[in-house]
Amino acid sequence: MCVTGPGTIDAALTLAERGAILVTFGDMIRVPGSRLSLAEGRAQGADIRVCYSPLEALALAQEQPEREVVFLAIGFETTAAPIIGMLDRAVREGVGNLSLLTALKGVPPALAALIQDPECAIDAFLCPGHVSAIIGANAYQFLAKTHHIPCVVAGFEALDILHGIRSLLVQHIEGQARVENPYARVVRANGNPRVQALIRHYLHPEDVEWRGLGVIPGSGLALRPAFQDFDAAHRFGLQVTPGRVHPKCLCGDVLKGKIMPSRCSLFGRGCHPDHPVGPCMVSTEGACAAHYKYVSTEGATE
Amino acid sequence: MWGRGGPAFPHTPTLLKGFIMDQERRVLLAHGGGGHLSRELIEREILPRFSNEILNALPDTAALTVPGTHILFTTDSFVVQPLFFPGGCIGDLAVHGTVNDLAVSGGRPLFLTLALILEEGLPWSTLRQVLEAVRRATTACGVSVVTGDTKVVRRGQCDGLYLNVSGLGMAWPGFQLSARSIRPGDAVLVSGTLGNHGMAVLVAREKLFLETALVSDSAPVHRLVEAMLPWTAEVRFMRDPTRGGASPPCCTRPPWAAVLPLRSRPCPWTPAAAAVAEMLGISLLHSPCEGRIMAVVAPEVTQAVLAAWRALPEGQGACRIGQAIAPVGRVSLHTTLGGHTLIDRPQGEMLPRIC
Repeated sequence: MCVTGPGTIDAALTLAERGAILVTFGDMIRVPGSRLSLAEGRAQGADIRVCYSPLEALALAQEQPEREVVFLAIGFETTAAPIIGMLDRAVREGVGNLSLLTALKGVPPALAALIQDPECAIDAFLCPGHVSAIIGANAYQFLAKTHHIPCVVAGFEALDILHGIRSLLVQHIEGQARVENPYARVVRANGNPRVQALIRHYLHPEDVEWRGLGVIPGSGLALRPAFQDFDAAHRFGLQVTPGRVHPKCLCGDVLKGKIMPSRCSLFGRGCHPDHPVGPCMVSTEGACAAHYKYVSTEGATE
Repeated sequence: MWGRGGPAFPHTPTLLKGFIMDQERRVLLAHGGGGHLSRELIEREILPRFSNEILNALPDTAALTVPGTHILFTTDSFVVQPLFFPGGCIGDLAVHGTVNDLAVSGGRPLFLTLALILEEGLPWSTLRQVLEAVRRATTACGVSVVTGDTKVVRRGQCDGLYLNVSGLGMAWPGFQLSARSIRPGDAVLVSGTLGNHGMAVLVAREKLFLETALVSDSAPVHRLVEAMLPWTAEVRFMRDPTRGGASPPCCTRPPWAAVLPLRSRPCPWTPAAAAVAEMLGISLLHSPCEGRIMAVVAPEVTQAVLAAWRALPEGQGACRIGQAIAPVGRVSLHTTLGGHTLIDRPQGEMLPRIC
């Protein structure tokens, strides 16, 4: 969510203004666009529905065939899986009033781009468990084999993360670089081949802009031309622009670990969890929001 | 124009969805117009349920005799969706919400107002079900509805019905409740599991899972407060963890500090609520309760208060969840690894999240 550009949110609001029902995950509702967040757009009358499963968008489209339903498709391979599963069903059932506004992204190209950035100086990757459940632990082999960077797939519980960090440190001390998967209770070496095939069938890689990180080659997951009827941007002739980010927002540098959140001139001064300017301040796991809660003296009380 | 019972325009069936007429009796705009229908609604649906000497005169303003001079007064509006959820409905919720606000302020609830905002077209049976729930709850709480109001708004202007309930009560002598009086070593108690109401309503509203064992905790807490009367001097601070769950009482002003080793047993939440909260990425400490008390008491009365609470059906799950540690600071949660997580108010609305 943190790397979705404000232009995608602007485009979503434009479609809602034109009368579409916009369906999104709850995570996106407070992320700032160029002018408004989805929550602010909804307060002005945009028909925005929060869903937990993308299948709710399909059900909505089938219940209201006279309305256009647009699903805001954001996230990595993890969310691409249920979204494409829903699209596959919509295609097979011939649903004609449902489309995706896609800003889906793939993780491996981003990791490849990060290791090229000398300022980041990355020693190792603690690889994301849920993404890995889809793409498989082997998706990181190129990092270990070609670039000699240790990779460990970790879950999200505290012990998973501690164990993952320990495994990375052991590799680092031994001078090794291999892919380890202590999260094998969820992640397989080859991931989920059925979902991978579905994703390949409907989506193809393209160069896209990441909020704060710039354009990363081959990192976007866009709908293939054969399915352009389901592409909201194509269907409604919409040009999705990068959008306008606050010129002083340093979320990109925070994401890359180049600065502490408090080094941003907006931190706590115009950007705080109740009024986020950048996406890292939106949810509790965002680096800026966490820093605000634990470091700022104001965090807890009002 | 609309055909009774069947689609009049078969080529546009969806436009008719939800508009097919039936024989059901419904609320009309005229029921709020102040005329015969308004009178009928009040005489047939309100008075028989809530009859008492004060209300029977149908006063716009009730003249009351309240024992003592220290009076507590509160108001609360109820807009919950859906109107009916596992474990309750907007009617009992409204009574419990207002009664509980008075109770945790150290009061004995006495009188309520009942203001109905009804949507034109609301099925009469729904209105009756809600009023019945209000009646049952007021009886259980020992409070009287003494005045009220009815308005009907046009279709689409509210979600079925909204309620506003104001409450008046007398303060029990002896309570001096303030977070300022919390001392290191004081015990933090809750009267039952946390977060069930919020999770039950969210699941019902978003139609998230077809089957869960989740039931709202909606219930009155005034008897739990009465059970503490022998120890009023030792009760430092009390709140009902409603909107925002247990976190707002933890983040009140003046600030107080405590550690809550919530992961140790007995866990103050039900497995169903914990499972749903984890899937949706919501902290149960942010999920509302509507039938619980969170209290900070002097350590020496901890066991006595817990025993008194557990003797009541609404206090069966009472437990000590933590300990105050310093005069000023933050309330934090013990983690399994021995660290502390700060408890914070929730940001914005409670939404299901995927990451």
